[in-house]
Amino acid sequence: VGEGRGLSVCLAVPGRVLDVADEAGIRTARVDFGGVRKRICLETLPDARPGDYVLVHAGFALQVLDQAAAEETLRLAAEARVAR
Amino acid sequence: VRFVDEYREPGAVLRAVDALKRASTRRWRIMEVCGGQTHAILAHGLDALLADAVELLHGPGCPVCVTPLETLDRALALAERPDVTLASFGDMLRVPGSRGDLFGARARGGDVRVVYSPLDAVALAERLPGRRVVFLAVGFETTVPAVAGALRVARARGLANFAVLAAHVRVPPALEAIREAPESRVEAFLAAGHVCTVMGTAEYEPIARRLRVPIVATGFEPLDVVQGAALAVEQLERGEARVEIQYRRAVRPEGNPVARALAFEVFEVVDRPWRGIGVVPAGGLALREAWAAFDAERLFPELAGEAPPEPAECRAGDVLRGVLRPPACPAFGTRCTPESPLGAPMVSAEGVCAAYFRYRVADPGGREAGVA
Repeated sequence: VGEGRGLSVCLAVPGRVLDVADEAGIRTARVDFGGVRKRICLETLPDARPGDYVLVHAGFALQVLDQAAAEETLRLAAEARVAR
Repeated sequence: VRFVDEYREPGAVLRAVDALKRASTRRWRIMEVCGGQTHAILAHGLDALLADAVELLHGPGCPVCVTPLETLDRALALAERPDVTLASFGDMLRVPGSRGDLFGARARGGDVRVVYSPLDAVALAERLPGRRVVFLAVGFETTVPAVAGALRVARARGLANFAVLAAHVRVPPALEAIREAPESRVEAFLAAGHVCTVMGTAEYEPIARRLRVPIVATGFEPLDVVQGAALAVEQLERGEARVEIQYRRAVRPEGNPVARALAFEVFEVVDRPWRGIGVVPAGGLALREAWAAFDAERLFPELAGEAPPEPAECRAGDVLRGVLRPPACPAFGTRCTPESPLGAPMVSAEGVCAAYFRYRVADPGGREAGVA
């Protein structure tokens, strides 16, 4: 998952939460990145659940991706419009 | 990959380009702040696609590039100590300090490790109780929660042999410095999306108002960059100067408050020198006094030295402020290449000089060179 390249830059990768666990007091999740699975820290997303897509940077999930907003961005492009 | 591929689809990108061009009556100068955005722009040829309507100026958003020489020299000195294991992200290892890079230190026998996450560095400290593990922490606000989280774990596990050499930087003060500079040509900013994922957009509101500049929190895929630029153009055409969010799937106005609280539990705002730019007031983050036991700057004060002079030929400062385009630098591609860099922007994968070299010199018509 982007290892070795540009990690100190703000590269963050979307992945799907498979399951959530407590590992030695840390909230973690197994996250699937298009087939590659990795154990990720979920401490800053107390509400993230299996099935959610999260944005992961340097082993930490930073946000749950908003699917409705994601689709709206694509719809604006499809309609060749700048804004809502 | 879901949430990535659909934002690279050429038809969607070209329709967004059309929408932008229809909205534009003149050529506007817009600065993208983040190196990841610069990389997308050059890799997909977005600068050429938008050329009639927008001149894209590349900003200082490469944390590797702005890490000061004295911090790199300190990391080198740490890596040379027989009792220290130095860990960092991969692209820090090739950045030249004033006397070589961390790869060189490793070749001379230093214990230098590449890690994916700061938590991996904590795990190293657990596995190597006889060694002092120092994590060289670079990055914008995006990276700070991960480093703060790693420090919280280290403290909870009582790891006295773990420390952080922090060189974190903050975006908003850099935007102010760039916009206020007398030579500034920037008319709007595309703010770094993942920084806003953590921090939200509130701290940009006073900047947009005071400096009369549109600021659009923008993502990293080609469609995101074009849409972000289009929102900026619409504001400029109307004479507006607001904060907007293009990257709505990942940025909420309030950011991630849990991640932010974690970051500021451990770190505090400080003045910090940026390589090539100079001291940026409130431009950095350092460990708070309460975390002094984990702060490599305090644990190894003997390594603090004078700021060494930059190589005179490198014009990184002008490049990072958007004043000089890399190909216009006399050393670009001749005396300065990725194999033999004069300065940091030629080193990091996301550095603007390296991006120009890769997409415009080494592989100008390459597979990644155009979206259409």
